[in-house]
Amino acid sequence: MTAAASDLRAGAVARLRLSPPEWPLVAPLGLIFVGFFLAPLALLVWTSMHADAEMTRLGPESWMRFLGDPFYLKVAADTLLLGLKTVALTLVLGVAIGLIFLEASPAQRTALLFIIILPLLLSVVVRTFAWIVILGSEGVVSNAALALGLTSAPFSLLQTELGLIISLAQIELPLMLLPLLSVMGRIDPNLLDASRALGASRWRTLWRVILPLSAPGLTAGCLLVFASSTAAFISQSVIGGGRLIYMPLVIWQQSIVVYNWPFAAVVSLCLLISVLGVIGVIHWLGRRVRA
Amino acid sequence: MADGGAVTEAGATHGVSLEVDAVSHEFGAYRALDDVSLRVEPGEVMALLGPSGCGKTTLLRVIAGFLAQSRGAVSVGGVRVDRLPPGRRNIGIVFQNYALFPHLTAAQNVGYGLAARGAARAEIARRTRQFLEVVRMEAYAERLPRELSGGQQQRIALARALCVSPGVLLLDEPFAALDKNLRLDMQIEIKRLQRRFGLTAILVTHDQEEAMSVADRVAVMRGGRIEQLGPPADVYDRPETLFVNNFIGSTNLLPGAVAADGSVRLAAGATVAPPRPAPAGARVVVSVRPEDVTLHDAPAPDRFPARCRLSLPLGAVTVLDLEAEGGAAVKVVRLRSAEGPTLDGPLWCGVREGARVSMFAEDS
Repeated sequence: MTAAASDLRAGAVARLRLSPPEWPLVAPLGLIFVGFFLAPLALLVWTSMHADAEMTRLGPESWMRFLGDPFYLKVAADTLLLGLKTVALTLVLGVAIGLIFLEASPAQRTALLFIIILPLLLSVVVRTFAWIVILGSEGVVSNAALALGLTSAPFSLLQTELGLIISLAQIELPLMLLPLLSVMGRIDPNLLDASRALGASRWRTLWRVILPLSAPGLTAGCLLVFASSTAAFISQSVIGGGRLIYMPLVIWQQSIVVYNWPFAAVVSLCLLISVLGVIGVIHWLGRRVRA
Repeated sequence: MADGGAVTEAGATHGVSLEVDAVSHEFGAYRALDDVSLRVEPGEVMALLGPSGCGKTTLLRVIAGFLAQSRGAVSVGGVRVDRLPPGRRNIGIVFQNYALFPHLTAAQNVGYGLAARGAARAEIARRTRQFLEVVRMEAYAERLPRELSGGQQQRIALARALCVSPGVLLLDEPFAALDKNLRLDMQIEIKRLQRRFGLTAILVTHDQEEAMSVADRVAVMRGGRIEQLGPPADVYDRPETLFVNNFIGSTNLLPGAVAADGSVRLAAGATVAPPRPAPAGARVVVSVRPEDVTLHDAPAPDRFPARCRLSLPLGAVTVLDLEAEGGAAVKVVRLRSAEGPTLDGPLWCGVREGARVSMFAEDS
């Protein structure tokens, strides 16, 4: 028994240790990873450690400037909040569409997936400009509200956080739906019948059966939407305009407009770290729900 | 439980009657159920038996309330349930794949129905424990379904269905996923629970042995209709149609013709008495079960010649594959200990005295 166990362990160790002839197979991928991911990241950290825009000397001044300025801290908080709000809206829309998907026949499912993927074939720029037409003061939303008598004057949702969240939710929705639907599509329909037959209401079935079993897809969708919407420079700039400032815009200004690369590197790293932090929390929540 | 069966002190429930009245169901142009009527008495087990596509699963889904029938009525305990959702029909169901909630423990699965009905936490815990004991799974309460074997999962699925005290229990191919030895254990287990709780149960199966061993009555279905309904022994001994005859058990079909004196002259070369009178000259098929074929080493008018091609020892019995004159195959089952002629010489086959022989018109 013990001898067999140690034999097994020795075998596992032997399998883990790559023998020399296998290294060349891993090398191309390893080199790409080092050259295009690790090196730029190291360069970013190195750049951020310079004190001045001309990068003449090292020092913590760029970091101090960001962390000590309430304006930049608010920009960081706004960016994370924008991501969370977009995630919340796509989550509600995604689950609603997921429930339609669960009830759909195979042919209807294919059609639904096609409709979901279709917007991905259009450029983000085009989709964002479509939202300008919809949300502007001469746009569909404003005109409809006027016609229904809900408001007496035309209004614009452009350059408001609400308008930005609505358009981001639409733009990022496929990122929520694709992982979510692939997980939901694998739920055994008998489980829903079993829940109904045991007397559970639709809501109970949703909360106790569908959502827990969809947790892996929900987590993946939330991660993708959050990471993508906090970094959505085009939509943030075009819909938010100059009034709403988020970290991607600050990075762009610092690197392209005022040429302060160390400070741009600091903002980039802060965005990266805070997004990773929130992603860690979402991931942890997802695991807890499943357990 | 206000809407459950009568609950006795021991937590036992008493089954109620189930009535299916002239139910038809169409999927588009396809008629899956065609005017099906049956009544299951309280405490009775009925098997719906048939090949795939015969409508038995559709009927089960209609009774459970997952499908709304096109026409007809379903009553449980004398109450029409057609418009009630599955959870309010006083019906428990065990799915073919058990459909246990994979993220819940065995105990949470068993208690799910009571929780859904808003029972108090202490009551849920008490009855969950009780029904885990009923299916002898109390040691596995905290396991997840994937940590249980197929038989254990089925016990949990049974406990989950019984925990809400249903008046009628529906079992969808309950033994299909189990290996042969376990299958017999579970058949005994289900029969034991059914007796203990006086359950009314409907068992859907395509396996005739399963239906015969567990059910009090068997409904053989074909093409959305009930072809024959009766106790297993009746259906086995007196099949009303060739389809039922072939579907229930193994059989030998011997073509022949009715002679002028009313006896049947088999094509294989023997004359036998018909089970019922038939017009002279009619071409018929006589069905003899393999266990009813006798072997002899001498000819007689009621025997036909054959030779043995193959002998398969199956434990207690031996199955022989014989070839009659003209090449027709004849299956024979006999006890291994039975006396008989040597198999390598010429043989003559007869029909055991008192055997149930069925006869059908050749074109049926």
